[in-house]
Amino acid sequence: MRKGTLLAAGLAGATVAFVAIGTVWPGPSAVAYAGGGNLLRSSSTPEEAVANLGDEIRGQDWGKAYASFANRAEFTQSEFVHDLTGYYPNLLTYTTLDKFEVRPLHASANDAELELKLHWATVVGSAVSTRDVHVVRNGDHWEPDWPIVKQAAVPPQVIPVNYLRWDVIYRGPGDDWGAQDVDAPHVRIVDMHPLERAEGVVLVGELLNEDVVPAFVSVNGTLISKSQVPIATEGSFDKISHLLLPKQVTPFLIMFPNVTLSQVGSIRMTPQSALVSASADPVIEIADEQLHPAPDAALTGQLINQSGQIVNVAHVLGTFYDKSGQVVWVADQYVDHALLPQSPVPFSIHIPQDLAKNVSTQRSVVATYSSGGLQ
Amino acid sequence: MPRSTFLVAGLALAAAHLAFAQSERMNLPKIVEAGSGFSIQSSGSGKATLYLIGPGRVLKQDLQLGDTASFSSLYHAGHYLAVLVSQSFTASDSFDVVPAGKPATLSFLAKPSRLPVGLHDAITGAVYVFDAYHNLITAPTQVAFELSNPSGGTQQRSVTARDGSAWTAMDSTAQQGADKFAARVGNITSTRVVAQVPGDPCGLKMNVHPVGEKLQLTTDPVRDCNGNAISDGTVVTFTERYGGAQSTVDAPLKRGIAEATMQVHPGATLSVASGVVMGNQIGWAK
Repeated sequence: MRKGTLLAAGLAGATVAFVAIGTVWPGPSAVAYAGGGNLLRSSSTPEEAVANLGDEIRGQDWGKAYASFANRAEFTQSEFVHDLTGYYPNLLTYTTLDKFEVRPLHASANDAELELKLHWATVVGSAVSTRDVHVVRNGDHWEPDWPIVKQAAVPPQVIPVNYLRWDVIYRGPGDDWGAQDVDAPHVRIVDMHPLERAEGVVLVGELLNEDVVPAFVSVNGTLISKSQVPIATEGSFDKISHLLLPKQVTPFLIMFPNVTLSQVGSIRMTPQSALVSASADPVIEIADEQLHPAPDAALTGQLINQSGQIVNVAHVLGTFYDKSGQVVWVADQYVDHALLPQSPVPFSIHIPQDLAKNVSTQRSVVATYSSGGLQ
Repeated sequence: MPRSTFLVAGLALAAAHLAFAQSERMNLPKIVEAGSGFSIQSSGSGKATLYLIGPGRVLKQDLQLGDTASFSSLYHAGHYLAVLVSQSFTASDSFDVVPAGKPATLSFLAKPSRLPVGLHDAITGAVYVFDAYHNLITAPTQVAFELSNPSGGTQQRSVTARDGSAWTAMDSTAQQGADKFAARVGNITSTRVVAQVPGDPCGLKMNVHPVGEKLQLTTDPVRDCNGNAISDGTVVTFTERYGGAQSTVDAPLKRGIAEATMQVHPGATLSVASGVVMGNQIGWAK
């Protein structure tokens, strides 16, 4: 009892002491984030110029970042901000820059090329975007040329849409107890395959909505030991396209960390589905899908919104098959740009190097989210 | 706990011991139909109290021994205990209240609410028959089931309800539509709707036409193997393979057909599928 009191008093004293030290002698980053100064170094080298730019983007000090550009006459500050965060609401609209990396590509006496890798903290995890920044000497300091990418503007227009949607009327309080409710959609797991990975056991597979109504789906898997004892139950979380239209197929991936395949005697799969109101639009074309071999194995392609509705966030799921048609991996990527009608947006899905050699074919699906929800 | 509860419980226990030796103090019917009036004739002299103890309720009536106690009705079917209490004796007897003979309501459970066409014994219906007072009618009752589709076809079954319930199984027909599934006892009918929906696409076929620098891919009207139009919204996947790359579009059926626009790639192979059903392939040489 006395020891506990002593420990509590010690911790309280240490906390007060550290707060006092931090207040009297704050670190430079703390001063900068408190608005009392900045983190910027002198831009006496190309690396410092780009690092300053990274700090300004992280601090959302758009004015200072814009003022530092050598090519600022080519675009406005607003265009610069929209180039980073998008013209329409998207994954990056409400994010902040978590960290950045600067890597020199080449340099001469008067100019240099550097890679600026931006790690954005988004609601679905880290999103990385990379820009090659050209830096030029201006007297005794260096100034970056911002590689502005002006998004193709969609001209104002009216796009007629032949809307198709489903609404659901569930049983109400006026129905007698024998009145049946509308059944949940019938879904079926058409493929499932366990894999042993360094991080644990992974279940990959595909789920089909074999009904004529839209389904909100998820899949749970339970690993059962050889002595018939459940080891763990996990769900697919966001490694699945949750909204399935009739006859649509989604891949899924379920991760069981810290489990080895040798521990597993059997697997119990539980697909779940619920009837939801949904819309059949928008239609997204996945164009120019290409498998790139290791190293840097990836599936790349472009998303083209064939509808009139702007898609704010797109989630691409790739299913990778071996020569026999068996699923060997499922991977995904959130696209950090809004999809405007008929405007291609690239995507790139990383494939683990050790699995890339087994991949023979692939299939992709896109889940879309539009502000305002399903309409 | 209310004092009356103890009283009733005590009376019930006492009655069980007194048994039938004293039941001649009362003359009561052995069976009463729910909702019908009845009377209990007492014998002897003096004042007494008559208790009727049944499922979920207790009735009490003061009477002069030798008089007849009249009750307008009992509604809950079940086994009842009548206890007659006077200062000098306690007598008891029992009787049953049975459901009214005439069915008044049906509880009809039909499953599923939606199923593909052409399945054997896939639609099930179960009926529970009740009288006007919600008592389950356990006497054998004839129940007629009828499944009728919009085109006029019907399937009929006649089943005798046992212990208050009857069930049947029906086939889904070859025609899609909202079928009416009805259960009927006398002139009481309960109806449910069972949606019969198309099966998998059959003979999925697409056509390709160049439109400017693009290809317009359009399916023929998509139908199942029974000729039913596949529901709008069903996803059809168009795939174009060319030079180690591919493009895909998941397009929903609208007005029975699916269409998509894709880039022209000479030498490309175009294919179409829906769910696990493959359609035709077209090589685009131009």
